[in-house]
Amino acid sequence: MQAARDFSHYVKNLDSGLAHIDLAVEGVSCAGCMAKIERGLSAIPDVTLARVNLTDRRVALEWRRGELDPSRFIDRLAELGYKAYPFETAGAEAAEAESARFLLRCLGVAAFATMNVMMLSIPVWSGNVSDMIPEQRDFFHWLSALIALPAAAYAGQPFFRSAFRALRSGNVNMDVPISIGVTLALGMSVVETVNHAEHAYFDAAIMLLTFLLVGRTLDQNMRLKTRAVAGNLAALKAETAVKFIGNDEISVVPVAAIRPGDVVMVRPGERCAVDGTVIEGQSEIDQSLITGETLYAKAAHGTAVYAGSLNISGTLRVRVSAASEGTLLAEITRLLDNALQARSRYVQLADRASRLYAPVVHATALLTMLGWVLAGASWHDAIVTAVAVLIITCPCALGLAIPTVQTVASGAMFRAGVLLNSGDAIERVAEVDRVIFDKTGTLTLPELDVINSMNIPPDVFDLAGRLALASHHPVAAAVARAAQGKSPLAGAVEVPGQGVRCVLEGVELRLGRPSFCGADRLANEVLSLDPEASVVAFSHGDSRHVFAVRQQLRPDAASVIAALRARGVGIEILSGDREPAVQAAAQSLGISEWRASVTPADKIARIEVLKRQGVKVMMVGDGLNDAPSLAAAHVSMSPISAAHLSQATADLVFLGKPLAPVVAAIDFSRKALRLMRQNLVLAVGYNILAVPLAIAGIVTPLIAAAAMSGSSVLVMLNALRARRTSPERP
Amino acid sequence: MEVLVILVPLALALGAVGLLGFLWSLRSGQYDDLEGAAWRAIADDEPAADAPPQTPPA
Repeated sequence: MQAARDFSHYVKNLDSGLAHIDLAVEGVSCAGCMAKIERGLSAIPDVTLARVNLTDRRVALEWRRGELDPSRFIDRLAELGYKAYPFETAGAEAAEAESARFLLRCLGVAAFATMNVMMLSIPVWSGNVSDMIPEQRDFFHWLSALIALPAAAYAGQPFFRSAFRALRSGNVNMDVPISIGVTLALGMSVVETVNHAEHAYFDAAIMLLTFLLVGRTLDQNMRLKTRAVAGNLAALKAETAVKFIGNDEISVVPVAAIRPGDVVMVRPGERCAVDGTVIEGQSEIDQSLITGETLYAKAAHGTAVYAGSLNISGTLRVRVSAASEGTLLAEITRLLDNALQARSRYVQLADRASRLYAPVVHATALLTMLGWVLAGASWHDAIVTAVAVLIITCPCALGLAIPTVQTVASGAMFRAGVLLNSGDAIERVAEVDRVIFDKTGTLTLPELDVINSMNIPPDVFDLAGRLALASHHPVAAAVARAAQGKSPLAGAVEVPGQGVRCVLEGVELRLGRPSFCGADRLANEVLSLDPEASVVAFSHGDSRHVFAVRQQLRPDAASVIAALRARGVGIEILSGDREPAVQAAAQSLGISEWRASVTPADKIARIEVLKRQGVKVMMVGDGLNDAPSLAAAHVSMSPISAAHLSQATADLVFLGKPLAPVVAAIDFSRKALRLMRQNLVLAVGYNILAVPLAIAGIVTPLIAAAAMSGSSVLVMLNALRARRTSPERP
Repeated sequence: MEVLVILVPLALALGAVGLLGFLWSLRSGQYDDLEGAAWRAIADDEPAADAPPQTPPA
């Protein structure tokens, strides 16, 4: 049944007769892996380049076009012990990478200019108190201007552009006072230099840009890294579909290469990767990822199936109506758009701070100027003093206060198994006072598990596990997993819709429906103990056993719920599943507020009610049916097993089996928010100390430079504390 | 103070060389993989030492 894998979708043909492919690789963590992979791949004939990128966990490969099949690389990596899959850079990630390079270029220009201007400024500062003649000072000022003006024009672009965009849409952001301050400082310095004055502020202006660009670059790199990890995870899911390329000819292609109108085959035990309509075959499908409902639905000719549905019993042919990126119910898309719009109204802490800050700063500068004119100073002196106020108050440390904390905190969260989709999510997570969990796949593990294994003799369990390997049915797969069956039994045959059977040493073995194994009575006994479980029966000659299979709660669910309560966070379950199943989960976790059979629209309605009461809701869910409510909530989180769309909508994604990252995210975010506020206070406080000097007109460029670098370093050091969570954490 | 005529252009030229060097390194992708580059510095030679028992091409 193994069809050819077709990766041509991912291969880029270069001009020089070479082909290029990027692979995402799992488990590359050290220099040893890097060398092993590069050597292993270079040993393949015709390969001209194999280079591992350890930051992004990717391999770039080039080879001479011809015989070599890209799937060879994947097999080779598998031999070396690494799971790999071709990777296609998403548009958003490419744009982020480009802007990261631009920021780094700006930072380089600004930093070199700062160093050179400083080299000229220090003689002037020391010369002013010793024996520098005015002509030499002017010469140095002109040289500074020569360096600083073009450098600021280039390196200031990110700020000028953003300020211009904000002003055009009638807003004020942090970049507006920065742009005004830098422009005025440079303009005034040129005028002062022309007039042979003692002070010029070229150094302060260009240093300001350098520090701010450090903050921007950190921020950008953090986002880039998260994007890269998320992109790899998506690629490593290796979503493929079996496509008909002729009447009976099939080929395994990446989902990205499927187009509407194609016909794909979905075998039992496979997840459908596309939206479409069944054109042939009959089966039962599990749509729990889409609706939360764990009972199977019937599928036959004409039934619409959605991406994420799990095919249970029969093989289906599906005509694709919408491929990878368009796969979704129209209803969910519509709800999603509305909900996302609502959230974009959230104003980040940095922008709130700058909205307050900019008018105050500009008013102070204006008042200083008017004050000095009223006190009898010349217009020239008054303007020079006012510009000095602007330079001193320029939000240098303010621009670093938030990105530095975000960078450090997101790194710490990453180590705790949480990926940030959006940087400002930290602020919103910190404010959360109620967490709403979805049940299926979130509180419970996404895969089924055998729950009565202690009642079954180990040798029977082992035999059943080996027999179960012959079936694609998800319940059988759960038995095989639980028994850790490795060697399938020879000669096992699948009886469609019934189960599997084989003959071992003259004794017949059967695994499947209770009726197929003659174990109806036993199955009813097991079901009466746990009505929510699915049962699979096993017969070995005359002996009968019944396995109860169900989704189990995540191992640490109870302790996570307790930890959240200890932090004063309310808990609630909203699930699309049936009432008894939800009730059982809620009871075992001690959660009193739960709702079952909830539709996506109901979930949003419930979140809206809470919002109106002023509750900040965090939604944790995984299914497509959760996507709109994830977007509607104040902040949202998804497990990595979630459907594509929910992952894209969630602010945070957590990795692995435990639920503990939910608590970690809240702890780190609360700490980070506290540090962000502290940093804002530090930055503003520092400025408040220096402003009286500026208003009094006694600020020299030396004081401006010292104030700026001092406050920036202080803020950066404080941000480093975000690596650890609060001591009160158990 | 005539020495300034030599020293100042020299200082500026050195600064410009540094900047050009940085821009070149940026363009040639040296900042694309900061973690890997840190390891390559110490790891690149080591594999060469045990290169002979290289796995034969499969």
